[in-house]
Amino acid sequence: MWQMIMNELSQATLGVIHNMAEFVPRFVVMLIIILIGWVIAAALRGALRSILRLTKFDKLSEDAGATQLLKKAALPPTSELLSRFVFWIAWFGFVLVGISVLQIVGLEEHVARFFGFLPRLFAAMFVFFFGLLAASFFSRAALLAAVNADLPSPRLISTIIRTLIIIFSVSIGFEELGLGENTVLVAFGIVFGALMLGLALAFGLGGRDLARQYLERRLVHDKKEDKQDELSPL
Amino acid sequence: MPEESILTDDFLRELMNVGEVDILIGIATCNDAKTAGDVILAVRAGLLKCFPRQRAVIINADCGSQDGTPDLVRAASISDMRQGPNVHALRTLHCVSTQVPGDPHGGAALHTFLAAADLLRASTCAVFAPDSTAIEPEWVERLVRPVLRDNFDLVTPLYRRHKFDALLVRNLLYPMTRALYGRRLREPYALDFAFSGKLGSYFLGRDLWTEDSVQTGAETLLTTSALGGDFRVAQSFLGERTRGEGSPPDLVSAIRRTAGALFWSLDGNYPAWSNAKESQPVTTIGAEHEISVEPMRVDRTRLYELFVRGVSELIEPVLKPILSPATLAELQRITALPEESLRYSGELWVQTIYEFAASYHKSVISRDHIIQALAPLYRGRAFTFLVENSDATADDIENYVEALCLTFEHMKPSLLQMWAGEK
Repeated sequence: MWQMIMNELSQATLGVIHNMAEFVPRFVVMLIIILIGWVIAAALRGALRSILRLTKFDKLSEDAGATQLLKKAALPPTSELLSRFVFWIAWFGFVLVGISVLQIVGLEEHVARFFGFLPRLFAAMFVFFFGLLAASFFSRAALLAAVNADLPSPRLISTIIRTLIIIFSVSIGFEELGLGENTVLVAFGIVFGALMLGLALAFGLGGRDLARQYLERRLVHDKKEDKQDELSPL
Repeated sequence: MPEESILTDDFLRELMNVGEVDILIGIATCNDAKTAGDVILAVRAGLLKCFPRQRAVIINADCGSQDGTPDLVRAASISDMRQGPNVHALRTLHCVSTQVPGDPHGGAALHTFLAAADLLRASTCAVFAPDSTAIEPEWVERLVRPVLRDNFDLVTPLYRRHKFDALLVRNLLYPMTRALYGRRLREPYALDFAFSGKLGSYFLGRDLWTEDSVQTGAETLLTTSALGGDFRVAQSFLGERTRGEGSPPDLVSAIRRTAGALFWSLDGNYPAWSNAKESQPVTTIGAEHEISVEPMRVDRTRLYELFVRGVSELIEPVLKPILSPATLAELQRITALPEESLRYSGELWVQTIYEFAASYHKSVISRDHIIQALAPLYRGRAFTFLVENSDATADDIENYVEALCLTFEHMKPSLLQMWAGEK
């Protein structure tokens, strides 16, 4: 009896020791992978930071209006934010790889899913950033064109264009991420449709007289008078 | 061979039939049926009268006019010339037409003339505007002779103008070109001008034909190329310049052709303009300036309103990245003033323009947006010009422009500092 207990105890001890002998090297490998991952992630952060500085990415981001958004949220400049993001994503990837070495049941699937999600995350960020850039460019172009053509409410025109492009790029970004695809698309459709209908109603009903005066001024009566007052700049 | 890409096969064939020439005249047309015929007739008469011994060709580059301009040009080219008993053509005067894309002020027309001149080995080229209603045969001689006989490389025109005409040239293009390049050339953006084959070949060979600026301001870039290079420049008085019935050029487009091209030229010509010191006069043939002061109806209030409204709309999203805080504050201050007391002073105007040029150089926002943002500010300066010179005589106008030119020259170091990033 005693012998049996001793045998079981020694087998259990051996099992624990065996498990420990298996686990410790894996744990050490995991730590090494995490450490190497940290070094690689830090190197990536440094390299990306330098590249973004060299390519004056912050200026591009400022043009896109992203810097202003980040400032309002008390966040660092875009290049710094992007570098940190890449650092954490890269290191988190290494941490997951390290953990997968431990061969914990069910974790490998999550790790694979995470790596499968990364390209979509980057694509969504890319779409969103260039959406902001396009929104800034086209809204400014519309503002300048409206001011120089003496159209009423240039800022409203500019804001509408900016908002539409941002909504459009956000909806594409969310679709890329696979988050609420239908909801975002429907929301975009509703917002866009409502905006157009609102503008049509506002211009057609509320601004009927204004529209008539504007068109008359542009197309009929004042054309000749305007010409008499025009100075040739060249 | 740069000309291979611009000249069509049919056009090339026609040019090869012409053979080598001494003088090439280019006329770019675009729905100019009312005036183009008379311009061609005047140019033909001028060539036959003043240069009967030279081999010459007139090239018409048309944008694809829908009003029958090419037919009129063709008819004018072959019509009988009766210029008096002393006019005899000793050589065949050729006229060739071709079609170019875009508007006549685009770079394609000038590019075509340059490529044709290079191919035909023309020693002298001249370009005439198709919408001039006052052109005389003598204009050909006044522009072409200094190049042909006196070896000048570029001859720009001088016109008799109304005191309120060409305010963009008087307030920006002339003073800034003069301050930067150190040459007192009155019309850096010329519509009627002549140049040597040497300058033409140099300009044709420059690696700029795919740039946006050359598409809108090729004439200005030709001038700045001559001023920035080792070329002899002169200006010749032509007479009064009157346009047809069409509207004056759109302001933004005019700013692109002049200020836009001038700003663009500063990048490539930095060694030339940064070293130019005090401005020097250029050889002038005929009167240096003639200004008419007849009363003219001008809507100053509209200019005031467009300036004030434009600045208030653009100040945050567009002007803030372009201008310094001090200049912005001063602009905000003057736009708050009532119409009778608003003045956009020369110093503030020059500071504004130099800050625009530096921002254009640094591309703080889209370069075309920077150029477009100048339009409302120009209106403010034009308003001030009109108010301060409402009763001015020709001499007063001349003194006023001279004072502005000196301000541009005195403040040039500040542009150099901004260029170097010191401000």
